[in-house]
Formats: sequence, structure tokens, C-alpha cells
Amino acid sequence: MIRYLKWTSFYALVAVIVVIAVFPFYYALVTSFKSGTALFRITYWPERFDISNYVSVLTGRNFPISIWNSIFVATLTVVFALFLAVTASYALSRVQFRGRGLILMTILAVSMFPQIAVLAGVFELVRFLGIFNSPWALILSYTIFTLPFTVWVLTTFMRDLPIEVEEAAIVDGASPWVIITQVFLPLMWPALVTTGLLAFIGAWNEFLFALTFTSSETTRTTPVAIALLSGASEQEVPWGNIMAASVIVTVPLVILVLIFQRKIVAGLTAGGVKG
Amino acid sequence: MATEALDTVVVARPREASELKAQRVRAAMWFLVPMLAALAVVAAWPLLRTIYFGFTDTTLNNLYGGEWIGIENYLNWQVLASGAVRWRGILADPAWWGAVRNTVYFAVISVTLETIFGMIVALVLNAEFRGRGFVRAAILIPWAIPTIVSARLWGWMLNDQFGIINDILLKLGIISQKIAWTASSDTAMTAILIVDIWKTTPFMALLILAGLQMVPRDIYEAAKIDGVHPVKTFFQITLPLVRPAVMVAVIFRTLDALRIFDLVYVLTPNSSSTKTMSVIARENLIDFNKFGYGSAQSTLLFMLIAIFVILYIWLGRVNLSGEGSR
Repeated sequence: MIRYLKWTSFYALVAVIVVIAVFPFYYALVTSFKSGTALFRITYWPERFDISNYVSVLTGRNFPISIWNSIFVATLTVVFALFLAVTASYALSRVQFRGRGLILMTILAVSMFPQIAVLAGVFELVRFLGIFNSPWALILSYTIFTLPFTVWVLTTFMRDLPIEVEEAAIVDGASPWVIITQVFLPLMWPALVTTGLLAFIGAWNEFLFALTFTSSETTRTTPVAIALLSGASEQEVPWGNIMAASVIVTVPLVILVLIFQRKIVAGLTAGGVKG
Repeated sequence: MATEALDTVVVARPREASELKAQRVRAAMWFLVPMLAALAVVAAWPLLRTIYFGFTDTTLNNLYGGEWIGIENYLNWQVLASGAVRWRGILADPAWWGAVRNTVYFAVISVTLETIFGMIVALVLNAEFRGRGFVRAAILIPWAIPTIVSARLWGWMLNDQFGIINDILLKLGIISQKIAWTASSDTAMTAILIVDIWKTTPFMALLILAGLQMVPRDIYEAAKIDGVHPVKTFFQITLPLVRPAVMVAVIFRTLDALRIFDLVYVLTPNSSSTKTMSVIARENLIDFNKFGYGSAQSTLLFMLIAIFVILYIWLGRVNLSGEGSR
């Protein structure tokens, strides 16, 4: 009897956790398929599938451009971060030299920077380089949070690979560049996928820099576009469109996260950094 | 560790060894240069410029027209004709202190609750039961949703007229009339806390779960055989063993909480009861054309976080680098 009670209360707790975690997204889905006055009638279950919100968001002038901007910025951010990080983390994990600990601590310190602390300086830099209100401003500034994180995780990963991996290559006199590209890169795919994905999510979700360094509707990324979707007054907020846009930018992420679940959890715990 | 093993390989052939090692170190330096240069350009230089701007009266319209005014952005005073002294600057600005209070309040409450809830979720996920994979996937969803999107989702759910939260609470009889969650100054901070806790507890849970999984199972079995009460097992065995993992998670979360910007900006715009230090600094930098003043506020937030990091590492003796613990 007591065992039955324990079992029931445990599963009740599990159910509460799952419902709280999933409900807001579920409710956004339900809302996104409503339009007109149906929006303002609270329903707990989906009643019909009216895709007019999706049509209006996707055929609108600016939202498709924002999606494209987000994809462009996030992809290039990941490519640059991984390229810089792979070589750097080889040096930091496989070669012993003085000052290595100091560099690692500096990288960790940068990952703890509040973004607002560099906002003024990056703003000046972006203006100086003439890339204000272009995707390059975002790609440049996103390096500040993707690079330390990628270097950190890849360094941890490479440090744990056994020496036998590169032993033969060293004995053969292969150069460090050959060792990286021929020996380590093939082994590092899992780590690259994880860090790349986390960096992609970070860049896809970023808001402060995207809000500050873009000034026109055609250069905005999706978070800024969604944040600034509003009506003429409090009563006219286009909730249906907002929910449809939210679902559109979230579904790919949720799918990616569910597919790469295990890898992401491993990457998060190695990096200890919120993606 | 791998590199130490490498040295023993190298030592086996002394003559080539030093040459080889020197070559490796040289290559390592070249590999580090691009990364360090990138960090210098996007992190070190902008940080120095922000600190510099904090000592000038620069405006957004004219970035290079500012003049050095010393610490006047931080504190200055005027003696009025009546003889009274009027203090000005950030340290005498009630709006700034309001933001400091909001930020610290938010950080303390959110991190505390996230740690408690995260621990509960982690303990659940650490148990073996059917459907565990499903539950773990489910709790990843809040984490995967962009902050801006979650602010919008909850803004809709917490809507005073049409929000489902008010509807649920009314039906359950917990409240007797609808609450204007995000608009009323009494509840705006609660709304922020609800959304942040919802979004970040999964992250906390996963970090704590990683710590829990390091604890060898036979310890629990020994405790069980000895008839130790599960609650006692938790406080005497589990908690001390996962303390390092929890500490690291708490540090990262606190740093994140202290710099919160997007959630506040989107969920409760223009509410002075939720404005945080980041929000108020950006407001001055960009919206109010007080670039120097906003830079000074950013600098203060940076210093607060830096002091916090140093204190935490020093007091907790937390080995953040993970070196040596492996």
C-alpha cells in the first residue's frame, strides 16, 4: 500500500514537471491557430486549425527577411568561432607552455563579461568600421560570447583524448597543422557538432546586440522582430501573429535540441555556460 | 594527463626531443594568435573604451566630441545660491539605486528558487523509472525556447484580460479577481521571476544531474542497508557530494542573473519596479543620448560582477578550471 502511494506521488511529481515545462509552448501553438475573436476566448484544447496567422507572418514584408538574417548571422558566427577555436584549443590542450593557465583563466573571465559592459565600446567600433546596421556588426560582436565558450569546451574535449592518438604522427614528424587536420578533426566531430549547435542557438537567440546594432526593419534578426511586433495600442497587440512567429523560430530549435539531446547535455555540463 | 604522457614519449629520444618540443610550442603560439587577437578586438578594447567613455560627457550623436570630465558621471555636486549642496551623478541617482535593488533582488530570489527546483528535478531524473528519457526531453524545451519568445509567450499567458494564468487561478479559487501581472508594479517583478525560473530551472537541473551521476550508486545501497532514512541520506551524503557541481551552477546562474536584460525589456517595458542595471544603462546609452553616463553605469555593473567573481572564487575555493580534478 505504502509502496503504491510512493509510486503514485512520484509519478504525480513527474507529471507536474512535464506539464509546467511543456504547457507554455503548447499554449502558444494553440493560440497561433486561432484568429479574430477566437483569440480572446480562452480554450485549453485546440479547436480548429486556422493558418491565417502563419500566412500573414510569412507573407509579410519583413519577417522572412528577419529569418534569413538570423540564419546568415548564426551560421557565420558558428563558422568563425569553430575555426578560431579548433586551432587555439589544440594549443591549449596538447602543448605545454608557460602562461597556458593564464590564457585559460582569461578566456573564462571573458565568458563571464556582462554584455552591457562592452556595448558602448563595440558600438563605437561598429560605427568606426562602418558596419552599423549590417549583419557583420552582429557576427563581430557575437564572437565575444561564442568564442570563449567554444574554446573552453573543445579544450576540455581534446585534453581528454589519449596520447596514443597523436603519438604515431609525432614520431613520423608530422607538423602540428597536419596533426590537427588529419588526426584530431576526424575525432572531434561529436564535440564540434555540440559546440557548433550551442553557439548557433546562442547567436540565434541573442537580443541586446541585435537590438542595438540594427536600426531598420530589414536588418533585424528574429528575436528583435518578435520583440518589436506590436500594435498601435495595448488592445491591438497582434497576439496571433506574435505566437505564429514565435512558433516558427522555436520549432527548429526544439527539434534540433531533441535530436541532439545527449550531446547538448554533455556540452552544457562541460562548458557550464548557458547557451 | 595527455601532455605529460607526451613528454615521456619525447624524453625517450633526447636529441630530437627538445627540437620537437620547441617546434610544437612555436606552432602553438601561432595557433593562439588569431583567437587572442579576436578577443582583444571584441572584448578587451571595447571594455577599455566603455570605461574611458564613463569619464567623458560623450553623447550618442557625437561619439568623438566628448570631453574628459573626471568622475562627474559618478558623482558631482553643486553649491546652490542658498548655500545648500546638490549632489548629482549615478551614485546620487535614485533611479540607479532602484535598478541596483531590483537586480540584486531578482538575482537572489531567482537563483535560490532555481537551485531548489533544479535539485528536485535533478533528483527525479536521477531515479530510474519508465519514461525518464521523455521527461528529460520535455524539460529541455523551456531551455531551447529563445528568451524573447518565452517573454512573449508568458506575456500572453499573463495578460490581465485574456490570459490563461488568471483563468486557471480564478477557476481554482486562488484569486478572486484578475491580476494585471505585467502592468501592475506590485506583481511585475513576480512575473519576471516566474518566467526566468521556468526558463532556467532546466539548465540548473541538468548541471546538478551531472553532479548526481558522479556519486557512486553503492553509497546509496550501503545507506539503505544500514537503514538510514532517505531524507538523512540526502542531507548527509548526496548534498555534500554534489556541492561542487551545485556551486559552479550557482555561480554561472548568478552572473547571468546580474546582467539580465532581454526578459525585462520585453515583458515589462517601462516599469520602474523591474528595471535592472543593464536595462537602465542601455536606456541612458542609446535612448537618452547620455552615452558617457550610460558607459559609467555599465562600468559599475562590470565592477560589481568582477568583485562577485573574485569573492566567490576566493571564498568558495571553487576550482573553475576543472584542472587537477580530473
